[in-house]
Amino acid sequence: MNEFLSLLIDHEFWVAVLRIATPLIFGTLGVLLCERAGVLNLGIEGIMVAGAFIGWLTVYSGAGLWFGVLAAALAGAVFGALHALLVVRLPLSQHVAGLGITLFATSISYFAYRVIFPKVDSPPKIQAFDDMSWLPIPILSEQTPLTLVAMSLVPALWYLLYRTPLGLALRAVGESPQAVEAQGINVVRLRTGAVIAGSALMGVAGSFLTLAAFNSFFFNMVNGRGWICVALIVFASWRPGKALIGALLFAFFDAAQLRLQQSSGGVLPYQLYLMLPYVLSIVALVLVARKAAYPQALMQPYVKGTR
Amino acid sequence: MNAALTLSNITKRFGDLVANDDVSLSLDKGEVLALLGENGAGKSTLMNILFGHYIPDSGSIHVFGEPLTPGDPRAAIARGVGMVHQHFTLADNLSVLDNVTLGTESLLSLRASRAQATATLQALSQRFGLQIDPYALVRTLSVGEKQRVEILKALYRGAKILILDEPTSVLTPQEVAQLFATLKQLVAEGLSIVFISHKLDEVLAISHRIAVLRSGKLVFEGNTSDATKAMLAQAMVGRDVEPIQRREASHASADVVLKLDAVCATSVESRVALRDASLEIYAGEIVAIAGVSGNGQTLLADVVCGVSQVTSGEVKFKGKPMALNVREAIAHGIARIPEDRQHVGSVADLSVWENAVLPRAGDVRFSRWGVLNARAARAHTNELVHAYDVRLASIEHPIRKLSGGNIQKLILGRELSEAPELIVAAQPTWGLDVGAVAFIHSQLRDAAARGAAVLLISEDLDEVFALADRIAVMSKGCLSEARAAEAWTMQSIGLAMAGESDARSERHAA
Repeated sequence: MNEFLSLLIDHEFWVAVLRIATPLIFGTLGVLLCERAGVLNLGIEGIMVAGAFIGWLTVYSGAGLWFGVLAAALAGAVFGALHALLVVRLPLSQHVAGLGITLFATSISYFAYRVIFPKVDSPPKIQAFDDMSWLPIPILSEQTPLTLVAMSLVPALWYLLYRTPLGLALRAVGESPQAVEAQGINVVRLRTGAVIAGSALMGVAGSFLTLAAFNSFFFNMVNGRGWICVALIVFASWRPGKALIGALLFAFFDAAQLRLQQSSGGVLPYQLYLMLPYVLSIVALVLVARKAAYPQALMQPYVKGTR
Repeated sequence: MNAALTLSNITKRFGDLVANDDVSLSLDKGEVLALLGENGAGKSTLMNILFGHYIPDSGSIHVFGEPLTPGDPRAAIARGVGMVHQHFTLADNLSVLDNVTLGTESLLSLRASRAQATATLQALSQRFGLQIDPYALVRTLSVGEKQRVEILKALYRGAKILILDEPTSVLTPQEVAQLFATLKQLVAEGLSIVFISHKLDEVLAISHRIAVLRSGKLVFEGNTSDATKAMLAQAMVGRDVEPIQRREASHASADVVLKLDAVCATSVESRVALRDASLEIYAGEIVAIAGVSGNGQTLLADVVCGVSQVTSGEVKFKGKPMALNVREAIAHGIARIPEDRQHVGSVADLSVWENAVLPRAGDVRFSRWGVLNARAARAHTNELVHAYDVRLASIEHPIRKLSGGNIQKLILGRELSEAPELIVAAQPTWGLDVGAVAFIHSQLRDAAARGAAVLLISEDLDEVFALADRIAVMSKGCLSEARAAEAWTMQSIGLAMAGESDARSERHAA
């Protein structure tokens, strides 16, 4: 217990929390955009892999780090466009299409990696983002600029959703596409746009792993983070502020279990500690999500002229 | 020229079906035009064409003398055409203000002018007496208030022509009166209104002119002052219609078939909980539960049929406490005619004969050792189809290919052929044509005459008064005392539906 309390005043611990939270913030905001528009995007896990790979590959080929982030966003957007084509325009099952995108994006990234680097023993490295040591804010100064971008996206997205006509249309299309269509707004275009933008954020979430957290690409590096984002959005009731809190909370548990693993000296199998943040997220979900107000038209395909 | 709206030679086909056949109509400024017709006559199609939801196969539309681009809701809105749909197009989890301003500002604009929008909305609601809280979430509003939001939405967009699609179908008589007052004021301010309905009394009360559609064709057009109820009904149906006959009071026996004692229940689907509902139904009588939908009637029916559990209170069937589960209810011979015939009453993709035996598929008549006896099931289905006049091409087709009326007849046959002692019929004639309605009414009467107890849940007061021996009213989850049908007036039943106190409605009835 004492160990746990000492964590709370441990500077390094909080640095780790913020670092773990960053990709989750990007990812959860991406899911938020898609789901607010009424589209479930289970492609997130694969889109993060693709973002991680493309972002890293771009930088490895000699482009700048920010260019790598942009390339990851573009890769996300392309898979988002594919998902939107399948589920918004056609409209197919959102579950099946999303899982298909995850499998496809993951496999094609691994495949491309193997084709481009057929004989490497250790993963090739790049020069990743530096910490913002110029920043006079304690813990934040030991983060990369991507963390700052993620944090500032939260109020930006809130403003978009709650203070602009576009945000209103976006919230409405996830609640009642009929209401949106009746006002002469194109439902298909609006949803497609939201899915593309949300998927771009998922791509950026992936790129954080290769361009900031680590400096190389390896298999299984996304490791379920995408699925965590899908759960976090329910916890967050589809609100940007709560999404941030959710991501930080998960990161807190994750960082805590890493520490406990190290300090417990192998009394318990380490898998038990690994489980901890997931078990706690399930508990948190049960407590919070029972009252969650799902966007009413989530997973409801819209075909013009039907009800 | 004074025409606000001219529809010229509109034709629209859906496959083989001609929904609108060369329809021409005009609407003058400051006029209420009633568009009458049965379900499926083509009223909604015509208005969806006007509003740009459908593109007509031929014909043209002029608004204030200018041609309207077909298939573009934005163009219709820009010209001042506003539509209040029968099924509201509101987003429940957004505020009134959000719903009203949705789509009125450029999507590229970086900020919404909420203060100005609020002011405009409040000015409008003042001017037309449509009181509403701009910040309330739509899901917290009553149906009447939601309709107000829809009207305000149209006015906010500068509507000069307002189309109301079946606006009274979900309102209490008092709310209807209020709506009519609003419409009169709108017309006085120079707006033009198309009022779509199939209720003759309302049409005669509110409109200046009447147009009647039947099977997609315009079969009557004339001034309201020259029209009579009989002639409109004749035009709508295409043959003489007998007005709905009141049923002679049956001789209910002293056997209590169903007894509810202070039943409370809640369910996830129903926003309203059932509170202390008490009711007795005797063999051979029809008891109707009147009320605007969404006030807990569905939950009441579900409790009796074993679908929903009670939280307190007791349900007794023939004097014995009933185990509240569906299997038990079916075994007791409780016939259930659910409100949603497409989703609850039948399984759309199963064949007609599978649907016909579904609730009793485990019965020895239709299966043995867990294997379905398809031959017996088909034979039974053919009997039902014959006896209950279900029109279909083949009992092998999925039931979704049948019309609503024929699905309902099959469900009715499936349940009534078991000679049930209790029939729970929720909105049994909702959305059906006159012929099917008459058939279902006569079947329910016959069942009561044979000694069955009938619990009829209906929003349609004409139906309630035509069939019921006793009537109870449901409002916000509370069930009023069941009184003899003669003890109620339109006025008192309307007040009870609106949730006014019992004492007051009694005074009105006296």
